[in-house]
Amino acid sequence: MLTLNHELEQSHHHHKHANTSHHVGGHHLMQVENLNISFTMYESDARSYFNAKQVQSNVIHDLCIGVHSGEIVAIVGASGSGKTLLADSLMGHFEPNATVTGSIWFDGDKMDAASLKKLRGHGISLVPQSVNFLDPLIKVGKQVQGFTKSNSIKKCADKVSPKNISNNASSISNSDDANNSDDVSNTGNTNKARRFFKEHRAQRAKLQAKLFERYNLNSNVASLYPFELSGGMARRVLLCCALMDNPKVIIADEPTPGLDLELAKVALADFRQFANDGGGVLLITHDIELALSVADRVAVFYDGTVVEETAVANFANPDLLSHPFSKALWHALPEHDFFAPTGGDALS
Amino acid sequence: MLRYTLQQLLKFFLLLFAVSVVAFVLVSVSPIDPVQANVGQTAWLNMSEAKRAQLSEYWGANTPVWQRFINWLGAVVQGDLGISLRYNAPVASIIAQRFATSAVLMTLAWTFSGVIGFVLGIVAALHKDRLLDRCVKAYCFVLASTPTFWLALVFLIVFSVLLGWFPLGFSQPVGVSSSEITLFDTIHHAILPALTLSVIGVANIALHTREKCIDILQSEYLRFARSRGESIVSQIRHHCLRNIALPAITLQLASISEIFGGSVLVEQVFSYPGLGQAAVTAGLGGDVALLVAIAILSAALVFAGNLIANLLYGVIDPRIRRSGFTSFSDSVKQGGANASHDI
Repeated sequence: MLTLNHELEQSHHHHKHANTSHHVGGHHLMQVENLNISFTMYESDARSYFNAKQVQSNVIHDLCIGVHSGEIVAIVGASGSGKTLLADSLMGHFEPNATVTGSIWFDGDKMDAASLKKLRGHGISLVPQSVNFLDPLIKVGKQVQGFTKSNSIKKCADKVSPKNISNNASSISNSDDANNSDDVSNTGNTNKARRFFKEHRAQRAKLQAKLFERYNLNSNVASLYPFELSGGMARRVLLCCALMDNPKVIIADEPTPGLDLELAKVALADFRQFANDGGGVLLITHDIELALSVADRVAVFYDGTVVEETAVANFANPDLLSHPFSKALWHALPEHDFFAPTGGDALS
Repeated sequence: MLRYTLQQLLKFFLLLFAVSVVAFVLVSVSPIDPVQANVGQTAWLNMSEAKRAQLSEYWGANTPVWQRFINWLGAVVQGDLGISLRYNAPVASIIAQRFATSAVLMTLAWTFSGVIGFVLGIVAALHKDRLLDRCVKAYCFVLASTPTFWLALVFLIVFSVLLGWFPLGFSQPVGVSSSEITLFDTIHHAILPALTLSVIGVANIALHTREKCIDILQSEYLRFARSRGESIVSQIRHHCLRNIALPAITLQLASISEIFGGSVLVEQVFSYPGLGQAAVTAGLGGDVALLVAIAILSAALVFAGNLIANLLYGVIDPRIRRSGFTSFSDSVKQGGANASHDI
């Protein structure tokens, strides 16, 4: 394991490093380069409904961002600037009218739309914003365990990367629970397969119970429905959903809505723990203060692209920041002067 | 629980009372003279004045409507629905016989339209804006705007006259003694009217299911399910079907009233001796007792449908089940309103 000195590696892959960033095996857990997303849509200012022309609307352009093992990278941008679109793209959700170009590497492998799709729940997991992301009619425990068929896990384990499932980076799977699924051969007869599914389900139930214990969720929470969860419980349940799939990278899309900074920091301690165990976290937020207090590196998202990806430490002094928008963000922080220096001019 | 039951019972009887009042008032203001309508124009013209007065006494045309209503109500409370003047038989026995015939027809139509509409709706939603979806939508829009009686006539022309697959009308073969009529005969006669009713009913159910299914497919919880690597089959099986069950049940049980309304037209076209046809006869003949009884029966059916929907909601939706029965009363109120609106 190599720890980079960020002072020496200023321009590495479009970003700057933090002390905690690690390069396992010499590559990034996740690296996005020159991502462009545009949509084919009808002109909004056409003179009449009938002669509106199709236009390409460029929402994300030339976006680069990297996540290393052991770190939390925060993408900070205004609400409505396309951050959720970015999260969707990283999980391989593309709208039919979207044109996407660029490269995404995951754990050393170059991805395409199909392989990104396979990584969902098998390497990359999403931690969504709120309890609305849980099916309102299914008990929490069952939802945390998920409905992924073990054969698809097996297939995925074979195809994408044999390391993904069996190699547990996270400490929650310290027992061999999650590993067994790989030992069973897929070629067995139906009876064997049925037994395998049953075992698999039992294993997932066990893992779910273990996760609940670890995140101080009472075991009876498993038999509650989403609408019965408190805000804090919901956040931990959503995190458990992600950890259940034993991911390498967690994408957290505004995971602490409506929490003040202190509470959000507590909530995000679980992400810190996940990163410390060797995972990577991509935290998507609009809250620069939160990003600075929990992340290792911050990517400033502005106008459809990451204008600067830098270590949190560089936010100590505006002179260490290179882009005018980052500087404006620095000035807007409460402990500074709350004053964005002629923001408009600086950006144009 | 006891309170809920009593509440529902009270609502039920209030509804039935209101329906019968409205039916009585409507019949009394109707321009149809029961004597003229029932003896026929020629017979009426040739009739002596004394005979007319006697008949009009028999039909109760001279008694004020409130008095007739009170007489009727008094009898009904004692379990006597009265005599149908048109059929010259107790209303209860006519209703029982007619209902048995209609029940076959309506159950078939209700089941077919529900199942086919549900499946078509989901298939269309999964293929949103693609060819299959457009086909389903086109079918639904055309069918939803087709008059029931016209479609019934077209089916009659095509399947009975041209192809000869199905009988022209009635609920059983003509000239066959009732002991020789088989279940096959009954179903054979019910298929064409049932088909007409279902084909029309499918449109409504399919379009609603499609819309709801699209909502669910775009919901946040389905996005999350996809993000966790669930296959499309798993998404439908575990999330779509369950969540769509609630609106589908409401829709299906609410469609009872539509099927009932449609059956009036369809039974008329197919000369199918069911409740719908009896309702038309009773209405045109000024047969208050029979008409009110049919109105009450249909109101009771619709009320029961809405009540069942509400109870099933509680079974399926934990948000209702776990918060007790209290939240029910409001939705039932709505159900009652629907029922009375329907007649």
